[in-house]
Amino acid sequence: MSNRLTCDVVVVGAGMVGAACALYAARSGLRVIVVDRGPVAGGTTGAGEGNLLVSDKEPGPELSLALYSGRLWQDVAAEPGLGEAIEFEPKGGLMVVSDPDGLHALETFAAGQRAEGVEAVPVAADALHGLEPHLADGLGGGMYYPQDCQVMPTLAAAHLIRRSGADLRTGRAVTGVLRGADGRLTGVRTDGGDIHAPAVVNATGTWGGEFAALAGVHLPVLPRRGFVLVTEPLPAGTVRHKVYDADYVANVASDSAALQSSAVVESTAAGPVLIGATRERVGFDRTFSLPAARILAAQATALFPVLGRARAIRSYLGFRPYLPDHLPVIGPDARLPGLYHACGHEGAGIGLSLGTGQLIAQSLTGTTPDLDLAPFRPDRFPAEEVPR
Amino acid sequence: MGGTEQHTLVVIGAGPAGIAAALAAADAGVRVTIVDSAPQAGGQFYRRPAAGLGARRPQALHHAWGTWESLNARLQAHIAADRIRHLTDHHVWFVERLETAFTVHALVGPEQTDPDTVTADAVVLATGGYEKVLPFPGWTLPGVVTAGGAQAMLKGGLVLPGRTVVVAGTGPLLMPVAAGLAAAGATIAAYIESADPKSLVRHASTLARNPAKLAEGAQYGAALARHGVPVRMRHTVVRAHGTARLEAVTVAALDAEGRIRPGTGRRIACDTLAVGHGMLPHTDLAETLGCALDGVRVAVDAEQRTDVPGIWAAGEATGIGGAVLSLAEGEIAGHSVAAQLQGTDPDPRGWSAAAKTRSRLRAFFAAIDTVYAPPAHWPESVTDETVLCRCEEVTAGEIREAVEGLGAGDLRTVKLLTRAGMGWCQGRICAPGVAGVAGCPADTARRPFARPVPLGVLAGPADTEPNRHH
Ligand SMILES: Cc1cc2nc3c(=O)[nH]c(=O)nc-3n(C[C@H](O)[C@H](O)[C@H](O)COP(=O)(O)OP(=O)(O)OC[C@H]3O[C@@H](n4cnc5c(N)ncnc54)[C@H](O)[C@@H]3O)c2cc1C
Ligand SMILES: Cc1cc2nc3c(=O)[nH]c(=O)nc-3n(C[C@H](O)[C@H](O)[C@H](O)COP(=O)(O)OP(=O)(O)OC[C@H]3O[C@@H](n4cnc5c(N)ncnc54)[C@H](O)[C@@H]3O)c2cc1C
Repeated sequence: MSNRLTCDVVVVGAGMVGAACALYAARSGLRVIVVDRGPVAGGTTGAGEGNLLVSDKEPGPELSLALYSGRLWQDVAAEPGLGEAIEFEPKGGLMVVSDPDGLHALETFAAGQRAEGVEAVPVAADALHGLEPHLADGLGGGMYYPQDCQVMPTLAAAHLIRRSGADLRTGRAVTGVLRGADGRLTGVRTDGGDIHAPAVVNATGTWGGEFAALAGVHLPVLPRRGFVLVTEPLPAGTVRHKVYDADYVANVASDSAALQSSAVVESTAAGPVLIGATRERVGFDRTFSLPAARILAAQATALFPVLGRARAIRSYLGFRPYLPDHLPVIGPDARLPGLYHACGHEGAGIGLSLGTGQLIAQSLTGTTPDLDLAPFRPDRFPAEEVPR
Repeated sequence: MGGTEQHTLVVIGAGPAGIAAALAAADAGVRVTIVDSAPQAGGQFYRRPAAGLGARRPQALHHAWGTWESLNARLQAHIAADRIRHLTDHHVWFVERLETAFTVHALVGPEQTDPDTVTADAVVLATGGYEKVLPFPGWTLPGVVTAGGAQAMLKGGLVLPGRTVVVAGTGPLLMPVAAGLAAAGATIAAYIESADPKSLVRHASTLARNPAKLAEGAQYGAALARHGVPVRMRHTVVRAHGTARLEAVTVAALDAEGRIRPGTGRRIACDTLAVGHGMLPHTDLAETLGCALDGVRVAVDAEQRTDVPGIWAAGEATGIGGAVLSLAEGEIAGHSVAAQLQGTDPDPRGWSAAAKTRSRLRAFFAAIDTVYAPPAHWPESVTDETVLCRCEEVTAGEIREAVEGLGAGDLRTVKLLTRAGMGWCQGRICAPGVAGVAGCPADTARRPFARPVPLGVLAGPADTEPNRHH
């Protein structure tokens, strides 16, 4: 290679998380190259939804990261032109329960969240229609979460990478890592030539384990499949918030491999309503599943009977990157100097991306991270025999 | 047909391929249900004026009317004998693969809101193709119609799309369209073909083995000459003009590289532009079933079997090649299905004539394909303001910005960044245009639902089978 490609940090992966890492790394003065084997947002970011939720998270490290990210999303959305470009909507979430008994459990759950800084406003059964006129009759009540927001993930990833000023190299697969004499990482090998940098960020999402293996470290990232149903454009106001059944929370935290679903129903800026998503552990199987679509439709029409007449025009699927304890890995890898991880965000990677990016930038520049990174340590999983 | 448990074949599509498959299978004793979205049998080719229009001589709009009449007579005889059932106005949105059978899910009713399902032991996908139209400035003006659309209006509704028509684009389909319009009394102001059919001579031997096709072409050519239609080869429509509707088009000559020759633009007044750039196979149902594709078409073996056991495909779903080829493929599929369902060894001697026709015509259309092509540099004439995706009103400029400014590199990302192809038609109309302007391959998008389906139908009980055959 005649012109040697160098920078301060290579971000591998041009999904939402890579975009966030690039943005904050660049803003802290680093020269960044983002490399992806596909186009921008061609992985899970382009195959999911854009809920930025605090409502579904119990107190703990993930909720702290969600609240931290939420503040950063507000800042980003306030930058000139950006909020609109990424379709940021601070629309709030509404969690409903089917019968009044469930309300008690929901209130206990919300009390814990409030202690962490979540705003959660109880909604009596007879007040539900004031918030969502088309909700089904006879629901038990709910909880309103004004901090829940929404973005269009592909637009967000693409615009944040552009805003970062990072050098974006798409269509280049990373095939290995470069190491110095002392064993430190010194860059990556790609099918389009080497890129030299003292720091490499693994933002490869669901493929994070494969990438880690290229670098010789163990990271058990696995795929969790999800389907989303998309309706034809519907009149504005048909669905106003992100609305979901409280069962969703149990579902998200579940360790079961079987098909589970509790639909989150939300409208998008362009009119279609999105209904998602199922959760299933079936590896990287791309076969369309009618049962999954049926469950989503049944749950959505149970919440909003008017949707029964709305047509689904398409459905898509994606593979959430998850780790055994359902927390992402964020920060430097003690096992390999120069390697940083930012992956494994499961079904919340859009929401959690900005906080992740900021924490990575702080690690890269040697500043004390705003959050304790211990729960997100990359080496927290029992080491298996790692091929060298 | 006796009281024994019988296997059922469901044929999706009642065009030439579907009817031929149904007839061959029913002749062999298989019970067949044909499911089709149209109100009458015939498909794209044998499209007939609706009964209520009282056409006295529909055959005047068709060649090969005789073939149709005899097929239809056989079809009606099978229907009368309860060997074939024809479900009209049934829009299939999904074919579900069960353990040992399939459920064909359709929508019925005036607004296609009600579900109907049919269970099948085997399925023939004979869903045909649809027209490809590439964009150019002004292509969204009222008065610009697809070539097939113009033809369909004529065949199905007996109305002329306009008085003064320019027929333009590329492909052999334009010929019957222009000839049909001229015969019906329209003035064809120009016939604009971007290819140079003279280069067909390179395929002289293939052509020589298809005298009928050549004669058909010559017939259309003579018809156009008789009506004094000005024919311009290696020309293209550069722009359609008009404010409220189409008033004229500008056409220009192409150079050897497929670029517009400067200074050759000519304005032609017209009220209708019938434009087409060939056809694409319908593959939605096949893809969702997991059938392998061969490029843009459903891949099949010598017996028209897809790689999914129990699923056959025939006709234009497996490649564009006209009605006679579709008939041959359908016939072979019907024989093969019957043998399989009845547990006998398929005997290719039973369809050797159809197989011969098939290989001859496939070679012919492969030759045709190498000749007829849109101008190589057509995207260059698409101005930034040109709307490419009508459902979502996305312009060429927005597509270019997504590629050059935001890092899109494939059709899917272009779609996600611009919404092009996300609307009602799911990119069926705009995908080739968007891909061309974006400079990325027009890979087939996965569309799990062949038709938009009401959530209430999706949510409904999975096992209602009002239409379980017999
Ligand atoms: C159906 C569904 C619904 C969802 N809904 C939500 C939601 O509402 N809210 C939310 O916050 N999250 C949601 N998620 C989760 C969210 O989409 C993911 O957590 C997030 O997109 C992960 O982003 P990422 O950048 O880590 O990964 P990705 O977007 O997958 O990006 C990783 C990139 O790395 C690239 N890559 C991998 N290996 C290599 C290599 N060797 N060389 C070069 N490049 C490589 C890939 O091409 C890819 O582009 C949903 C997910 C699904 C599937
Ligand atoms: C304008 C025009 C002119 C032509 N002129 C000639 C000519 O002169 N000579 C010639 O040989 N060929 C001609 N053709 C081509 C000819 O029409 C086709 O080759 C032939 O019709 C293909 O037969 P098929 O059975 O594969 O599909 P089609 O005839 O297209 O039939 C497919 C059927 O499937 C149905 N269908 C599709 N999807 C679904 C679904 N999801 N649910 C229910 N039903 C469905 C459709 O409604 C249709 O009835 C012309 C075509 C056009 C458009």
